Amino acid sequence: MKFNRTLIIGVSFVGFSLFLALLSLIWTPFDPLEINPDVSLSRPSATHWFGTDENGRDILSNIIVGSRATLLTGVSAVAICMIVGVSIGIATAISPRWVESPAVFGIDIVLALPTVLFAIVLAAVYGPSTLTAIVAIGIALSASVAQVTRREVNVVLLADYVTAARSSGSGTWRIVRKHILPNIRSSLFVQASGACAIAILAESTLSYLGLGTTPPAPSWGRMMASLQQFLLIDPIYPLWPGLAIVITVLGFNLLGDGLREALDPTLRAAEEASTTDGLRTTATSQTKQEGSR
Amino acid sequence: MLVEVRNLTIRFGSRTVVDDVSFTLDSGQRLGIIGESGSGKTLTSLALIGLLPETASVTGSVLFEGKELIGASDRELSTLRGNSIGMVFQEPLTALNPLMRVGKQISLPLRTHRGMNKRASLQRATELCARVGLPDPERIVRSYPHQLSGGQRQRIGLAIALACSPRLLIADEPTTALDVTVQKEVLALIEGLVREEGSALVFVSHDLPVVSSMTDRVAVMNQGRVVELADINTLFSRASHEYSRMLVRTARQSDEGLTALTTGARR
Repeated sequence: MKFNRTLIIGVSFVGFSLFLALLSLIWTPFDPLEINPDVSLSRPSATHWFGTDENGRDILSNIIVGSRATLLTGVSAVAICMIVGVSIGIATAISPRWVESPAVFGIDIVLALPTVLFAIVLAAVYGPSTLTAIVAIGIALSASVAQVTRREVNVVLLADYVTAARSSGSGTWRIVRKHILPNIRSSLFVQASGACAIAILAESTLSYLGLGTTPPAPSWGRMMASLQQFLLIDPIYPLWPGLAIVITVLGFNLLGDGLREALDPTLRAAEEASTTDGLRTTATSQTKQEGSR
Repeated sequence: MLVEVRNLTIRFGSRTVVDDVSFTLDSGQRLGIIGESGSGKTLTSLALIGLLPETASVTGSVLFEGKELIGASDRELSTLRGNSIGMVFQEPLTALNPLMRVGKQISLPLRTHRGMNKRASLQRATELCARVGLPDPERIVRSYPHQLSGGQRQRIGLAIALACSPRLLIADEPTTALDVTVQKEVLALIEGLVREEGSALVFVSHDLPVVSSMTDRVAVMNQGRVVELADINTLFSRASHEYSRMLVRTARQSDEGLTALTTGARR
């Protein structure tokens, strides 16, 4: 795997958010929940780098702690949508047509539901919480994961090596494990990364609407909602949570694009052909011998 | 009787692609199926290993050692595939999983059918590589398909097909995608291995000279029908059907053309 610039930027942005989340477990500049009316709405200063909110809480500390809710929701929702989506995608692709057609119809229906709308309905029924947001985003995203996975699997199923594997007696389960999963793996990584970006954006939206992470746990979306009322006093206040969201979402999107480029087997094969290390050189000279014989 | 095909008919919707095909094959016999693209020769060969597409509607019967393959469950078929029946495919590049080392691909049928463990099956895979004439088999089993040449890949395909010493080997245009020089080697290899193993061979091709060098009997297929089923010698001396006469004529003409060219060059 070759690291390209997109991948490096993506990894560093995502890594930065992860670092914040880990850092929040051991250290924050101030107690993020400590109210201090004396310093309410202070501008960025040496003590409060990012300033304070209307209750005098340190914004930087809240941003650092807020990364937890954001990443937790993103990663858990993606775990759900990958497990559910990939299983459904593979199952529909390998099942007979009379199962596949209605299943695909069902996937299309779930796809037609907007993620955030679906989450709002769930939050209305079960009450707003991080868990509701995770489940709602996970289910909504699994439909698109299932759809893309089904297409990828269908391509692999048409490949000669799957027919060849069946001709040598491999059963369906072995073909899924040994041939299909490895060959759609890179697409799965790319999908997971893209889904993470969507999930984080959805979580921020829900929190902004007051339907995601509940107070007092800090969350970027809710900070955005409460700080935007001071936009006319100084635009710097809502800038911080906005920047945090943008960097994380952009990071996951770039990570996905970078992975797509780095894992593309056609690009990789071409690259390996031009590389000159031990085994490959001998393999190439082997090829030449074979050809000239 | 090893294989008995009776009134095999394959339809896709209203289109009949294989029409009332019957032939038999004894163990150790070698049968060629010849015809142009779309003549139904590949589908006929796929029916022999139970790999017809789900969308095909099939009537008639294909008996392998007395066992009916048409309508058999996938589980029943997979005990035969790669074990009693082996198959070599046309495209040696696409018939191998690009992400799996070739040694593992050869060892999988051995683990499925012979219950071998990882180490023993890989050991056997290395032996098979040597047997199909690949140099430095220890290194070959550790390589990925894209690191091998077309001829080498087809030898791997042959090693997979023959791993469990099948009683029937089906070769579907196994050399069409190869260079002419490599073609000859692979054909000689298939012939030698089939003879050693005592397997029966079904050799599918559009190339009459190749088929006649590999087999004793030929089924000529045209538009889904077997128009002629005869010994190679009979086919060349007195083909009864117009289409097979044309095939023989074309093969002779290109042969004469080649002779004329080479003698001309010598002069």
